[in-house]
Amino acid sequence: MSRKLRIATTSLAGCFGCHMSLLDIDERLLALLELVEFDRSPITDIKHCGPCDIGLIEGGICNAENVHVLREFRTHCKILIAIGSCAITGGLPAQRNHLDLASCLTEVYLTEPGLAHGHIPNDPELPLPLDKVHPLHEVVKIDYFIPGCPPSGDAIWKFLTDLIAGKTPELGHGLIKYD
Amino acid sequence: MVSVPGPHATYLNPILERHGHAAASLLQILREAQEHFGYVHPDALDYLSAQLRLPRARIEGVAGFYSFICLQPHGEYRVLFSDNITDRMLGSQTLMEQMCQQLWVEPGKASEDGLVSIGATSCTGMCDQGPAMLVNGRAVTHLSHQRVQEIAHLIRNRTPLDDWPGDFFRVEDNIRRKGLLLDSTLAPGDVLRAALAPGAADIVAAITASGLRGRGGAGFPTGLKWEACRLAQGAEHYVVCNADEGEPGTFKDRVLLTSHADLVFEGMTLCALAIGARKGFLYLRGEYRYLLEPLQAVLQRRRENNLLGACILGQPGFDFDIAIHLGAGAYICGEESALIESLEGKRGVPRSRPPFPVTHGYLQQPTAVDNVEIFCQAALAIHMGADNYRAIGTPKSSGSKLISVSGDCPRPGIYEYPFGVSVREVLKDCGAANTRAVQISGPSGVCVAESEFGRKLCFEDLPTAGAFMVFDDSRDLFEVARNFVHFFAHESCGFCTPCRVGTSMLKQTMDKIAAGHGTRYDLAEIEHLDQVLQTSSHCGLGRTACNPVLHTLRHFRPAYENRLKSLDFEPAFDLDGALARARQMTGRDDAGAHLKPEET
Repeated sequence: MSRKLRIATTSLAGCFGCHMSLLDIDERLLALLELVEFDRSPITDIKHCGPCDIGLIEGGICNAENVHVLREFRTHCKILIAIGSCAITGGLPAQRNHLDLASCLTEVYLTEPGLAHGHIPNDPELPLPLDKVHPLHEVVKIDYFIPGCPPSGDAIWKFLTDLIAGKTPELGHGLIKYD
Repeated sequence: MVSVPGPHATYLNPILERHGHAAASLLQILREAQEHFGYVHPDALDYLSAQLRLPRARIEGVAGFYSFICLQPHGEYRVLFSDNITDRMLGSQTLMEQMCQQLWVEPGKASEDGLVSIGATSCTGMCDQGPAMLVNGRAVTHLSHQRVQEIAHLIRNRTPLDDWPGDFFRVEDNIRRKGLLLDSTLAPGDVLRAALAPGAADIVAAITASGLRGRGGAGFPTGLKWEACRLAQGAEHYVVCNADEGEPGTFKDRVLLTSHADLVFEGMTLCALAIGARKGFLYLRGEYRYLLEPLQAVLQRRRENNLLGACILGQPGFDFDIAIHLGAGAYICGEESALIESLEGKRGVPRSRPPFPVTHGYLQQPTAVDNVEIFCQAALAIHMGADNYRAIGTPKSSGSKLISVSGDCPRPGIYEYPFGVSVREVLKDCGAANTRAVQISGPSGVCVAESEFGRKLCFEDLPTAGAFMVFDDSRDLFEVARNFVHFFAHESCGFCTPCRVGTSMLKQTMDKIAAGHGTRYDLAEIEHLDQVLQTSSHCGLGRTACNPVLHTLRHFRPAYENRLKSLDFEPAFDLDGALARARQMTGRDDAGAHLKPEET
């Protein structure tokens, strides 16, 4: 039997909803595990991604750390997939894009009572936010996109099994959706 | 629904009266309401909704579709700079910046005192006398630093437009070469008198025999269209003249409507006789608003001379009249089914075809929609006789064609040639030197490079709606294509996803390349997008939106490649720069507060 493919997954500026959808493939997870093994992923809790065949990323890019993680995935994954609205368009977090970042930070940390003792957090441990939230394909090359908010478990299953079988993935009628 | 009393009823009531409270006149009503009040007030929308018995959302949807209809105040003076590439080549962007500085406004926003707003609009059809702009809908030509300074002064002093120097509004014909159309000395009524006796079937047969084909670019045989319309069953038949000359770089219809309006109306009346129509429309693009009164005067004179109205030329049953419908800044309305939707007071969204307008057009009745030029040509063909007409031009393209020449040449203007003239010949006549490329038939047409200057303007080779934009060797064809791509993204009607999203993605990718972030991957993406647009768009706009890029990529690929990074992929924006705001707010400058480019 041919070797098992390695898959890594992560959520950047997302809500983990797409990962919940991945779990929605239910008992097919066991069938999937026959075909693949998981590298970095909330499922394994591995912290850094090693050489992989497939990388699945939900969420857009809202801060410097997201950029580092995304680059790590691009470096190590042969095929990189943007999954869900946030990864593809920036999604809900991108609603802040029409606001100036400085006024966001001022509003949250200086104007509103009760947070951070009246100063904007500046610990080097914390990643700095980008001035706007971006979709993944504006930062690295993305090979495939799975739309949906979130895409259904069936869509993810179909997409992955097509890829694993070496077929160009095709989400037919009923599996492609944008909400 | 409760009608809203107040100041709006007073000026809206006469407008509503004039249009018989007809929902089909919604666009005209909105346009006139705006001319009166400066913009369409939310209360005015409510009032119209009650009076026309239309949902408010429908009215707002129509108002929002057309870029010349405003739902917010935009200043007493609304200045819109024509943003065609030919205007840009003549320095329009610097002039716009200059005016913004002199009047203390940001582009696209109204000044705080409500005096003025300055923005850009798609080509206003003054490419031979640009840079041009519209101020409160009136065309101003030949902009220069001095003229812009004077205009800023006039605006600051709140001088009424009627008191501005008349020179500012002068639009010249710039006819450089005449042919059978522009030389024509036919008197009003000549053609109709000759056509009365033979009758409808014979007119259509003669038009068919003349080999006349559409002059809007597609070249559909006119005789076939008129015959289909004549035979179609319907309570009413309609003639529509498409004067929504929106293709950037085209301005021949402007000249015809300025100096040969009688011939246009004569042709429309001839068509009415041929297809049995009693009502016609001239759909005049909003940019040519200044032509409305002169055209109405011509119509009135024709009515007085019994060339329009009841029993034309004393012929019982030959009743026909023409109404002018003004557009409001939507390129897509040049597509015939979108134009009909707009005539019916709706958003200009192209219909699914079939059925075609010849059987189901205006109000679902048989309608012949033709270009301004074709009505003139049809009248000439009838006057000359089919055989004489057919002898001019090439075998499959009979007659002459008006070419709108603009761009890098000393003699821009209107040139009339028999079909079959070569690109090189036109370039020679307009005095163009060191020509790098010519954009034929506007952004949706074809970009030809020097190696193809021997090609001929005719349906057998290079079909054209008339635009002929010349670019010399100082021009960057990438920027030309980028201007066109922006145009299509702005003018997409938004109905179908491939075009709405695809044209915007194309624009973003071109901007990414322009900003120096482009890679080979992005070129591949453009080619992929082009394929999606071409194969899945609802109408011709989406299918042709990628032409400028495809053609310039074919002939001028290095203009793109010179801008690309040598990497396989580059982010679409400056990553480290995107952290600058956060660094400033947090006072951090440590290594973690920066994003270095990736090592390759």
